[in-house]
Amino acid sequence: MLDPVEAITNAFPNAIQDVLEFRGEITLVVDSDYVVSVCRFCRDTKGLEYNFLSDVSGVDYYPQEPRFAVSYHLYSMVHNRSLRLKVYLPGDNPVVSSVTSVYPAANWSEREVYDLFGVYFTDHPDLRRILMPEGWDGHPLRKDYPLGYETVQFSFNFDEIDRHKPYARE
Amino acid sequence: MTGLQDSVWEGDIQQLKGLVSERALSGETMVLNMGPQHPSTHGVLRLMLELDGEEIVSCVPDIGYLHTGIEKSMESKRYEQAITMTDRMDYLNPMGNNLVYCLAIEKLCDLDVPPRAQYLRVLLAELTRINSHLVWLGTHALDIGAMSVFLYCFREREKILDIFEMVSGQRMMSTYFRPGGLWRDVPEEFEPAVRDFIDYFPARIDDYERLLTNNPLWLDRTQGIGFLSADDAIRLGCTGPVLRGSGVNWDIRKAIPYSSYDHFEFDVPLGTHGDIYDRYLVRMEEMRQSLRIVKQALDNLPGGPVRSNNRKYVPPPRSELGTSMEAVIHHFKLWTEGFRPPKGEVYVRVESPRGELGCYLVSDGSPRPWRVHFRTPSFIHLSALPHMAKGYLIADLVGIIGTIDIVLGDADR
Repeated sequence: MLDPVEAITNAFPNAIQDVLEFRGEITLVVDSDYVVSVCRFCRDTKGLEYNFLSDVSGVDYYPQEPRFAVSYHLYSMVHNRSLRLKVYLPGDNPVVSSVTSVYPAANWSEREVYDLFGVYFTDHPDLRRILMPEGWDGHPLRKDYPLGYETVQFSFNFDEIDRHKPYARE
Repeated sequence: MTGLQDSVWEGDIQQLKGLVSERALSGETMVLNMGPQHPSTHGVLRLMLELDGEEIVSCVPDIGYLHTGIEKSMESKRYEQAITMTDRMDYLNPMGNNLVYCLAIEKLCDLDVPPRAQYLRVLLAELTRINSHLVWLGTHALDIGAMSVFLYCFREREKILDIFEMVSGQRMMSTYFRPGGLWRDVPEEFEPAVRDFIDYFPARIDDYERLLTNNPLWLDRTQGIGFLSADDAIRLGCTGPVLRGSGVNWDIRKAIPYSSYDHFEFDVPLGTHGDIYDRYLVRMEEMRQSLRIVKQALDNLPGGPVRSNNRKYVPPPRSELGTSMEAVIHHFKLWTEGFRPPKGEVYVRVESPRGELGCYLVSDGSPRPWRVHFRTPSFIHLSALPHMAKGYLIADLVGIIGTIDIVLGDADR
């Protein structure tokens, strides 16, 4: 059984930006260029064997920069331990490689992050919206996306309200 | 007229590219829509099926019909206010959803939970598991054509819902678990009611098994169908009975015990083939094991308080308010402002009836969660559905949907 922080830092000296520990959970902040190779290393190295991807989720740190983060929760069924990889992405063009080639379980989770945060995953086999309708405007879990409180449209004022609604127009 | 209506798919064949095979585009195979209103999709699941005769060539699930933005709404509520929303995700597992969210807050704040509350949490979480498995069994059998099982299952489920109503005042949306323990102690009539259920239920499981386990029709419809190998199950992120049906011995209650599960003795049933029938056997045995845990929890139920004494996070009891100024201040602070957990992030996983239910909680030090994300088993299992359904007949698809035991509220959140 290898120490994950040591093993990954030795294998990728330039990839690890930070190591955090909180309540016994280890978070490795990984450079976004390396996330696929770090995941592959975590899965295939003897002594680490993080064979199971629990979850991929996004965080929006608006108005901070780098604005977005994507967290990967890895778990090793062999050694019964978890590891969190975290990638920070810039607000103007959040792009990261998809880990579906290593963990097929990431497929829908990454689609969800794309749908709700607008983070693009390159090399994803099927990057479409998943929870929101296809033609939806905006990404609801972004912090600058309003929570609601839209004016209700009734039949008598439908067109008037419609004119003020914030749709994407051609 | 509106942005939503512009998105209605109007049958442009180009949009199908990448989702279905070339054969569908030339008209050799048929593309068929199933759902979102279909009795055997267990809610509002829509499937786009590509069929070669009756055989499924590919299956593309389309979810989001029940998306209610729970994660977004929770960000605007205080930690303890947001608990009510967790009930409404997986509506067959309300206590389990409360549990994972409360465990995440407790881990974030380093908050203690008294032993009595932990045992009661385990007891109620296991009753919830039985409740959820009963709905699964009833609807799954109904899909395949066994009507009577459904009626029996719902009869027994009422008894569990009565117990939930007894403790929390609600049959389904209980919101009974709170950070640091429980809302209040269980009433006096709780113990006899649970004892009644423990005595009554094992014979009922035998009844269901008599109806199904050796029933030739049931065997024909479930054996050798919906096969999932152990490697594929891990690769695709499957957990819970789906993973264990394929023979992988991984149960979060054993691997990473939470809420005093390590005090209880129970077995983890495993399948061997990984077909619908094995997952059926696994869930049936899980109900028996859950009952074992319920019995142990009730027999060894410790006394004492059911909520933590940490007044920074848990409001003081009513009785203290008249005598202690300190209690009044804490009460006022907690109800006007809420508590402020330290900055940080945690990920907590529990074994829900469907599999791994995870809660990723990010705190920025304010009384409202910065980000709450739920890793829900139904969502991940649905993404494995195309793999499991490929090559089987369309009639088997209802069995395969039933065997992964989805709740669309859980998948869409």
